[in-house]
Amino acid sequence: MHPVLKLVTQRLALGLLLLLAVSVVIFLGVEALPGDTAQAILGQSATPQALANLREQMGLNEPPLTRYFSWLGGILTGDLGTALTNGADIAQSIKQRLGNTLFLAGCAAVISVPLAIVLGLIAARYAGRWPDKLISGVTLTTISLPEFVAAYFVIFLLTQLIPIFQPVAMVLPGMGFWAKLNAVALPVIVLVMVVLAHMMRMTRAAILNVMQSAYIETAELKGLSPMTVIWRHAFPNAIAPVVSVVMLNLAYLVVGVVVVEVVFSYNALGQYLVDHVTKRDLPVVQAVGLIFAAVYIFLNMLADIIGILANPRLRHPK
Amino acid sequence: MADNILLQIKGLVIGATSYPPGEPPKEVTLVHGVDLTLKRGRVLGLIGESGAGKSTIGLSAMSYGRGGVRLTAGTIHLNGREIRLADARALRSLRGREVTYVSQSAAASFNPAKQIMEQVIETCLSHGLASKPEAEARAVALFRKLGLPSPETIGNRYPHQVSGGQLQRCMTAMALCPKPDLVIFDEPTTALDVTTQIDVLAAIKEAIRDTGVAALYITHDLAVVAQVADEIMVLRHGRMVELGETGQIIKAPVQDYTKALVSVRSLDHVEKAPAAPILQVQNVTARYRGTSFDVLKNVTVDLPAGQTLAVVGESGSGKSTLARAITGLLPPSQGRITFAGRTLSADLAGRSKDDLREVQMIYQMADTAMNPRQTVGTIIGRPLELYFNLKGAERDLRVQELLDHIEMGKGFAARYPAELSGGQKQRVCIARALAAKPKLIICDEVTSALDPLVADGILKLLLALQAETQMAYLFITHDLATVRAISDKIAVMFKGAVVRYGQKSDVLSPPYDDYTDLLLSSVPEMEQGWLESVIAHRKMESAGN
Repeated sequence: MHPVLKLVTQRLALGLLLLLAVSVVIFLGVEALPGDTAQAILGQSATPQALANLREQMGLNEPPLTRYFSWLGGILTGDLGTALTNGADIAQSIKQRLGNTLFLAGCAAVISVPLAIVLGLIAARYAGRWPDKLISGVTLTTISLPEFVAAYFVIFLLTQLIPIFQPVAMVLPGMGFWAKLNAVALPVIVLVMVVLAHMMRMTRAAILNVMQSAYIETAELKGLSPMTVIWRHAFPNAIAPVVSVVMLNLAYLVVGVVVVEVVFSYNALGQYLVDHVTKRDLPVVQAVGLIFAAVYIFLNMLADIIGILANPRLRHPK
Repeated sequence: MADNILLQIKGLVIGATSYPPGEPPKEVTLVHGVDLTLKRGRVLGLIGESGAGKSTIGLSAMSYGRGGVRLTAGTIHLNGREIRLADARALRSLRGREVTYVSQSAAASFNPAKQIMEQVIETCLSHGLASKPEAEARAVALFRKLGLPSPETIGNRYPHQVSGGQLQRCMTAMALCPKPDLVIFDEPTTALDVTTQIDVLAAIKEAIRDTGVAALYITHDLAVVAQVADEIMVLRHGRMVELGETGQIIKAPVQDYTKALVSVRSLDHVEKAPAAPILQVQNVTARYRGTSFDVLKNVTVDLPAGQTLAVVGESGSGKSTLARAITGLLPPSQGRITFAGRTLSADLAGRSKDDLREVQMIYQMADTAMNPRQTVGTIIGRPLELYFNLKGAERDLRVQELLDHIEMGKGFAARYPAELSGGQKQRVCIARALAAKPKLIICDEVTSALDPLVADGILKLLLALQAETQMAYLFITHDLATVRAISDKIAVMFKGAVVRYGQKSDVLSPPYDDYTDLLLSSVPEMEQGWLESVIAHRKMESAGN
């Protein structure tokens, strides 16, 4: 078997194993909370008889192992159960919100990743000179602003001073692509501001690290222009560290943007999760937690795999 | 006549800013007013020890200063144009087009992420000197001329897929591909095994002759440069010592320094009579964990007290692995190692403190073998604390004794490794080994990273210490001149096995086995025409077979 194929298969298997382990942790975590689902539904004033009946009805008297596997089996067949608070099908509720989350994260990623890398390359090219200082200064400022401050600042700027966008990012089913894009413009701007610096700094650092290599001197002595040297000779050797940071930021865009969702009243997964945490709606918390974990694991696995594929020693063994 | 001159350097001064630890930065001058003239199609050898400024001068022909190096004053005329003060655009147009560069380590100088062909023809394409198919055809022709295997397809490989010697030839092809007027060869064969060096040297020489390109050939090895250069310039501390035709420099040097360089390999050592061994390595076979390949195959050698066993071989021959087996870092899968009458435990954990104390090691890279944040006194004092429980003033006294022993004076104990020269660092490592009062010191390529004259001093010190303390040395090296200078017994290793073993006089006298013959005949000799005669001899032999 080709060593790359072997490594990639190992990573995939490891990712799945990790996901399984996370599902156990999530299940046990909820299990360890005082009270159970029946208690949560009926409230503090429920009679012991009512509790016992409901527990019987929901299968809560089964041993934990049985309940874990029936929960896991449900997830694998797309059945995430029903929410306690409104009895809605969780899978159905998540589906639409997950779409919104991915749309927002996708838009932010499409802008921020190329922008961060290009800015990183420019900063590395002019390291220590004014373009580098300007880029570092601006991106560090934007990352230092708390998201809600940045959000209100952007709202003030682009809806009041220069009124070109809506302050509320309402996305409704049936909206066209461009209308949706227009609606999410403000949160996308805020998210780009938040994730730009980290990826830019990593690109810059990785490139500058590679720039110490002898083969960079070789390229310079070939009479290549500085940007050609960076793009053709330094960047291909700096991909792995850059990709791993990019993936961490993408994961953040999917799972960590609840503040931005709230500020812009954007109906997505983060808000859904927070709503149901406050209501102690455990099946929803479990389901969303597992989805977030899956996103993290998948993106980091992807970073590993790209890192492996970017290494010529692994791709082309002796 | 004037347009026959390709490169003319006058009064070149090169400076840099140095950052000594704990002191404010200061300006240093690396090259003090060097003049140099190179005609078209000629080869000038630049020779000297490290710090002589030879690489710095070589790179000035591209108006390039490595790191913070600045070309401070003087003029550099290339093809009639002044280039020292030329702007970045002008420099980009001449680099790669008129002058190209071959570095010491091709392995580091090729981009690991790109195929060889792409890198070899890059200059042609970026300067618009040839179309892609033309450039590729040129590259293949050069690969063939340089004797690379499968020249049609080797360009499709990645740098890690070819050997060091092959990569060095690829780099020569990369330098010649744009048909420059001048190639700077910066120690192109220094990092290679002696048997590989001879082939690469022959390939480079032939390529220079066939293409009529001029060259600056930079090396510290006079015997190597004597094979390729028309003229030789000897440099020291950034100044020219002597300039002359190659024949004159090696046969009739005028300056004392040049004379010392020519005769540096004259150190000789009379072998001692066979005696009872203190170290016996018996039928040792070893492999690295997780591999199925024996890196040591049934090795049997022994070494008497107060004598030196030289272990000779190319990189990958298993000589350092033998050292690891003896020190217990790599437990052998078979065989036995006895030392001073007792059998040593195979792995490190099973050895007593005395076992550990009596076998010490000195490494090739003194730099990396010392903690840069400890002073010399701490470094040498550590084994004194560990093995003899010496503390405070008692320890400091002993440290100073050891420093005196290695011919380093007062004041060194407070210094950091970064403040020492290469030779001084290696002396500190020797003192650290001596501190344990060992019966055996394993010296792993201890002089390979040093300049010839400095290396000579280290070898003399080691021999003097041996005469005084009766320590045994296991001396690992690839350099046969060093072997002659120091050994009583020799083991020649090849692919993990000992192929020739015995007293020095026996091993180094004919009849030779094939490998020892190849090894001995590959060592450059300080005479012009040696390279051609060896190559011709080998061709004749292979034709005869």
